[in-house]
Amino acid sequence: MNQKEFLHFFVKNKKVVFAICVYIVLITLAIIGPYISPYKDPLEFVGPGYQPPCKEYWLGTNTFGQDIFTQLVYGLRSSLLVGLSGGTLATVLGLFIGFVAGYKGGWFDEILMMFTNILLVIPTLALLIIIAAYLPYRGIFIESLIIGFTGWPWIARAVRSQTLSLKTREFVDLARITARGPIKIIFGEIMPNMMSYVFMVFIIEFGVAIHSATGLDFIGLGPTRGISLGIMLQQATLWNAIQLGMWWWIITPGAIITLMVATLYVMNAGLDEVFNPKLREM
Amino acid sequence: MSLLKFENITKEFPLGFFGKEKLKAVDNVSFEIERFKIVSLIGESGSGKTTIGKLILKLINPTSGKIFFEGTDITQIKGNKLRKYYKRVQGVFQDPYSSFNPIYKVDRILNMVFEEFFPEVQGLERHHKIEEVIASVGMNPKSILGKYPHQLSGGQLQRILIARALLLNINLLIADEIISMLDASTRVDILNLLGKLKEKGMSVIFITHDLSLGYYISDQTFIMYKGNIVEMGDTEKVFHYPLHPYTKMLLDSIPEIDRKWNLSKRYIPELVTSSDSMCKYFDRCPLKNEKCKKERPQFVEVEKNHKVLCLNVKI
Amino acid sequence: MIKVSEIVLSVKDLKIYYSTLYGYVKAVDGVSFEVKRGEILGIAGESGCGKSTLGNGLILLKPPMKYIGGEAILDGKNVMTLSQKELKKIRYEKISIIPQFAMDAMNPTKKIKHIINDILNEHGENFERKKDIIKERLEIVNLERKVLDMYPIELSGGMKQRMVMVISSLMNPDVLIADEITSALDVSSQRSVIQMLHEMREREVIGSLIFITHDLSVLYQIADKVLILYAGKVAENSPVEEIIKNPLHPYTKMLLSSLPKIGVRYVQIKLKGIPGYPPGLLNIKEGCRFRFRCPYRFEKCEQDPPLIDVDGRKVSCWLFERGDKS
Repeated sequence: MNQKEFLHFFVKNKKVVFAICVYIVLITLAIIGPYISPYKDPLEFVGPGYQPPCKEYWLGTNTFGQDIFTQLVYGLRSSLLVGLSGGTLATVLGLFIGFVAGYKGGWFDEILMMFTNILLVIPTLALLIIIAAYLPYRGIFIESLIIGFTGWPWIARAVRSQTLSLKTREFVDLARITARGPIKIIFGEIMPNMMSYVFMVFIIEFGVAIHSATGLDFIGLGPTRGISLGIMLQQATLWNAIQLGMWWWIITPGAIITLMVATLYVMNAGLDEVFNPKLREM
Repeated sequence: MSLLKFENITKEFPLGFFGKEKLKAVDNVSFEIERFKIVSLIGESGSGKTTIGKLILKLINPTSGKIFFEGTDITQIKGNKLRKYYKRVQGVFQDPYSSFNPIYKVDRILNMVFEEFFPEVQGLERHHKIEEVIASVGMNPKSILGKYPHQLSGGQLQRILIARALLLNINLLIADEIISMLDASTRVDILNLLGKLKEKGMSVIFITHDLSLGYYISDQTFIMYKGNIVEMGDTEKVFHYPLHPYTKMLLDSIPEIDRKWNLSKRYIPELVTSSDSMCKYFDRCPLKNEKCKKERPQFVEVEKNHKVLCLNVKI
Repeated sequence: MIKVSEIVLSVKDLKIYYSTLYGYVKAVDGVSFEVKRGEILGIAGESGCGKSTLGNGLILLKPPMKYIGGEAILDGKNVMTLSQKELKKIRYEKISIIPQFAMDAMNPTKKIKHIINDILNEHGENFERKKDIIKERLEIVNLERKVLDMYPIELSGGMKQRMVMVISSLMNPDVLIADEITSALDVSSQRSVIQMLHEMREREVIGSLIFITHDLSVLYQIADKVLILYAGKVAENSPVEEIIKNPLHPYTKMLLSSLPKIGVRYVQIKLKGIPGYPPGLLNIKEGCRFRFRCPYRFEKCEQDPPLIDVDGRKVSCWLFERGDKS
């Protein structure tokens, strides 16, 4: 499918357009939010606590008197960053291992797959918890790293199976008898044929990274300083926001996280239709 | 000295759960190919002909035996020696649309040859050579270059693949079922192209299941059955005086437009299991006797340039 | 011997197009022919001629295929305009197809006898009642009874093909369509499949057969009449002996002379193919579609040629307009 056709289906697809719009809004909010908010520090105690949304505090304040809106926009930044970096790291690792295992085959494949399967069997969250609990200091960077290093196994398996099937195509044989080396073949012949797949994999992993980060933050294993959506959720729960009727404190981060992750899945469903002609209505 | 020589080549593939059973795709095959000859390698599916093509192109390695090219043992070569080999031996495959990476323009496979073998040739000189070689396979470069594979027909794509092989000054071309996916009206033109190439000094191994095509273009014919060459020799001799029962059966099964089959008789093909200690064609063979159950057949040279693998053939 | 008699399928000016982003691909563009009971009609043509679209369109019209016009009369009704319910009734019973990739046509999770039973149930029959007939059919295609208890994956490619032949013809359809079923087969399997179809026709298991292929020499062995399609239109329609010995349409002539045969070698006679390739069918304009490759082209060819009757044969070429047979 060439560029023109791809763009046509891309912009016509309602799911894709919806997802892109949502993310444009979220990203804009994350970028300019801190500038338009009247308060500059999310952790600053700016006023009385327990305030519902009003003119001074757009999304109200929490128990301690911190401004929820400010926390939201800074927390959004951190969640998006973790999602992006953790997701990218996991995708790159998964791609690398998947390509090598799929293309080389033989012993390489056996060993890598054994390793991958072991990691797949270990519950990711448990692994994350154990690693995070042992770290003396946790920041967003470390969090992205550990999410990235634990999120790649399913990607490696998926990439490997695609590579295995593409490896048998005749254009790969042709490249081999043109004395092309394996690296050039993987990046020149195989990966370009999988770009749609790689893209969709990345989007899923982005969502998984946000989700894992929120999970870690929620149980208190997030960044030791700073704010994120998961930390907001944690605090709201710990401090009984629901029982106290402070709906603005708990719904805000929860709704945004749900929106972020769910939109990514909608995007992928839409992309599936764009790339797969059989799913399209004509 | 022959151009290509196979000496007792066997290729096994592991089957089953732990790879305990083995499928002998190519079973102790030996032959020689001379220069400036077109040889047809004819067989049905499972005969091993494609495997032989891949062995020659070194896409897979033999389980045992040796391959010689112009006297040099190429059985285990790698790296630079392999690169030099590819300058003399090339291949064209069955499915033209699968041979091109669909996301790139067709020029790319020609450029790849320069990148790997003649990196010093750049710019205008490279462009000239590409145009020259496209024209030599009967096409107008302006209507071919710059296009994507799905914009061209199968016949055009196959010609580009042949042109690619011509960029190198090869001695041997392996053509693996290159016309089975083409329309009938274009097949003959591609075959004629192969004939022209032979006149210019290239040998061709033409792998096919279609006997009439093999008869039309080749000087010599090898008939393969279940991993063995069962008959080999000059094309005229093999087709007009077939000796092996399998060759005869194949010739009989070709649909021809000057001879009708007798359709009122039941025609029952295969269902054979083979073993290493007897002739593989045993179950279907009208000439079989007790000896065939116990011994493997050897080659018998029936006349000059005509050999057959059978225990019962009379000279 | 079968007495060739009544017409079972009558196709008139049938048009099936593919709807795409850029317009209509006119894959079948005004095709007409008839099939009589007991007859084997061969439909031949190269890639893009529309033969597969025609064969599949008669049975199951799926998007992006669109029925544009014309009719296909089977048992008094136009199958192109029937409702889904009515179509379900006539499939297998009146018209049936052996699809091109028969190997993949069976549900891999069911045993063969259950697959057969499901189909029979839809037509008010069941496996028990048809047992003897099934036995008989298996014998024609040289399959053992025990395949009924197997799963499709346990059969070899050739066996699956023969099994699909049995299933497709189980309800004795008036018209059986075989869509390129021998193209992927070895020469020896091809011959036995042809012989099996011949036997099915002789024993009146099938009313008539439409055999779609690109291989004219195979049609010579089995067909009574041959329909040559080119780029979505009929080029020629003749009895098989006449079309092989005396082809009328320039395309047929050039096609036949490009076929290699035993007895002709490159070193003695160089055969010639047809230069060029079939036109793209996207929004194709008027005019004879073969004119770009035709050595006899003249001004009239810019208009669509009608199907002209020449001694009972049909040709679509302006050269025959005035009864000129040369």
